[in-house]
Amino acid sequence: MGYSFNISTFNNVLRELSADYIIYAPVKIFNKGVFSDTDLVTYGQIKTLEDIEFEEKSHFSSKEIFFPITQTLFYFTEDAFSLPKISPKKIIIFCRPCDANGIQRLDQIFLKNGDLMDNYYNELRKKVHLFVLECKYSFDTCFCVSMGANKVDRYSAFIRRAGDTVLCDVSVDFEDRFSKYGTYVNMTPVFIESNDIKVDIPEKIPKSIFYHKLWDEYSERCIACGRCNVVCPTCSCFTMQDIFYEDNPYCGERRRVWASCMIDGFTDMAGGNSFRKNKGERMRFRLLHKIHDFKQKFGSNHHMCVGCGRCSDVCPENISFTACIQKLNQAVQSSDQRGLKS
Amino acid sequence: MLDINNKKLIKNGYRITNKRQITALRIRVPGGSLDVKYFDIIKDIAQKYGNGKVHITTRQGFEIPGIPMAKISEINEIIHPILIGMESEIGVSIHNPKTGYPAAGTRNISACIGNNVCPFANYNTTELSKKIEKLIYPHDFHVKIALTGCPNDCIKAHMQDIGVIGMVLPMYDSNRCIGCQACVKNCQKVATGALTIVNYKVKRDHLRCIGCGECILKCPVLAWTRGEKYYRMVVMGRTGKKNPRIAQTFMEWVDETAILKVIENLYHYIDQFIDRSLPKEHVGYIVDRTGIQVFKDYVLKDVYIGSLSKIANYMSFSGYGHEKSNYF
Ligand code: SF4
Ligand code: SF4
Ligand code: SF4
Ligand code: SF4
Ligand code: SF4
Repeated sequence: MGYSFNISTFNNVLRELSADYIIYAPVKIFNKGVFSDTDLVTYGQIKTLEDIEFEEKSHFSSKEIFFPITQTLFYFTEDAFSLPKISPKKIIIFCRPCDANGIQRLDQIFLKNGDLMDNYYNELRKKVHLFVLECKYSFDTCFCVSMGANKVDRYSAFIRRAGDTVLCDVSVDFEDRFSKYGTYVNMTPVFIESNDIKVDIPEKIPKSIFYHKLWDEYSERCIACGRCNVVCPTCSCFTMQDIFYEDNPYCGERRRVWASCMIDGFTDMAGGNSFRKNKGERMRFRLLHKIHDFKQKFGSNHHMCVGCGRCSDVCPENISFTACIQKLNQAVQSSDQRGLKS
Repeated sequence: MLDINNKKLIKNGYRITNKRQITALRIRVPGGSLDVKYFDIIKDIAQKYGNGKVHITTRQGFEIPGIPMAKISEINEIIHPILIGMESEIGVSIHNPKTGYPAAGTRNISACIGNNVCPFANYNTTELSKKIEKLIYPHDFHVKIALTGCPNDCIKAHMQDIGVIGMVLPMYDSNRCIGCQACVKNCQKVATGALTIVNYKVKRDHLRCIGCGECILKCPVLAWTRGEKYYRMVVMGRTGKKNPRIAQTFMEWVDETAILKVIENLYHYIDQFIDRSLPKEHVGYIVDRTGIQVFKDYVLKDVYIGSLSKIANYMSFSGYGHEKSNYF
């Protein structure tokens, strides 16, 4: 059902929702950018519509809200352990279609990956309701259309802001909350249908690509900082840390913390073995995971990457993810011609 | 031959050169940032009155050489838009902009490019230059001030009477930290080794930290973010024949208000203790006579010292003397 609001009636809805939900959205934080006197756009808690940043893409994705960067799994003493408390409140996230699709990719990994599901993920994830923000235009690094992640069909609400008017398409679960302050209108979500950047993703990638020279330049260029991983809405890797408290080493906690396949140490194993020592190999691993391996493993009809473009936005070495996809595509086309088998 | 009052000419921003009756004009560019519209004026003067060249000075001004002294008043009229745009409009009181620069003792405030461009910068050096220019110009005391955005010190603030170095207080959110150690290794390699890993998270030793902000720049997850802006002031650096030496830290983790107030107070101190038998005297030599404690009494008057701020108790300058037999 569609409803129309002005800013203050929409804020009434938000105020009432905040009794039961913690509400997150892209926000602009003054002077918190990496560089002096610059701002940071990222996900943060909001109270009113005016808090929401509608114009700029957020630096980080929303995943840290339900997949925390550092998450304590349990606390332990010598003979007992206990689980950390989580807030009883439910969660609303205002996010763009690519981020909404990114959440589905994470669901696949944490919830539908073999017989067991990740309970820690599930506990937070099941609280989350998505209010999808309509993209008025696509940003210069977006390629969501190529990845089929420009559209969302399941959401709790779909939000369009046009000046001082807010139009919402609302699912039945939230109907009551919205109908109280809104006026009924017809509202059909509009999605981005074309990006400036289009990528061609090769369907079949021969194994020989493993040793292709296209990766070599990334050994020179990439500095293994991991920014491309931490901003990605679909990167799901974590590592474990057992902490023994400094004051009393018989107590402590086990945490899981995000990990990055681009950073040194990711593949370190007991006994001192490690893989993918050079960065070109890491680039190959990341790229193929995003646009080949995930889809192949799960037999799904979409790739892991949702084309948000953040990894290109944040790379300090100006490495463009989409340029790398194009190079891969060219390499695959030409290796096909040379008759390399997969 | 023209009858020239050398002292007046120098005060007016012109130079006594090695050719009689020929002078050079120095254009101030506070903070080293100039609207290119003024290039036309500089170019016209160089072509019409000078020898067609400009010298770019080490203090980031322009020096236009080869000008006949007879043309000074004519040229002063021509440069008046520069005095208005670069001085009056930022709040400097210029009595009559058509008679040229009112003083030349306090030199142009130079600055690195700062946070308008440089990713390392911790503040806007151009804006602070203007505030300082407003505070101290015009003045006859020979004072050299330079502002640099971070401890890389591209402007060589350490060679000035007063050097201002940008700092930032790094704020750490341990929940965001993924323990990648990028900040730790980098601080060790390029800064001061102020960071260590304890239980997979980072500890910062505030006494070692110089507030350069490198950790903020290196952190992929923004576990480090920018806190308040602070400054370090280095004082009494100088070049020159007698005893050149590099400036040393007088205050650190102080705010902009403290920087401005100390600079203002410095002029009272100089006024009190300068050796007036000399045409000019660097502050450092004055402090050599009065001692640091007297210097502190004067320059810290009415300065608010914040809780993080540190003021040097002692400053040991070595510089170098002229006992050449020690070295050769
Ligand atoms: S790989 Fe890059 S473009 Fe794709 S979802 Fe991750 S951050 Fe976005
Ligand atoms: S962001 Fe760029 S430099 Fe950093 S790890 Fe990723 S590709 Fe390499
Ligand atoms: S001193 Fe620092 S801020 Fe200024 S230009 Fe050099 S690196 Fe940049
Ligand atoms: S601000 Fe500079 S010196 Fe201080 S911890 Fe960070 S990198 Fe090290
Ligand atoms: S760079 Fe950031 S994430 Fe890495 S150890 Fe330092 S604070 Fe933690």
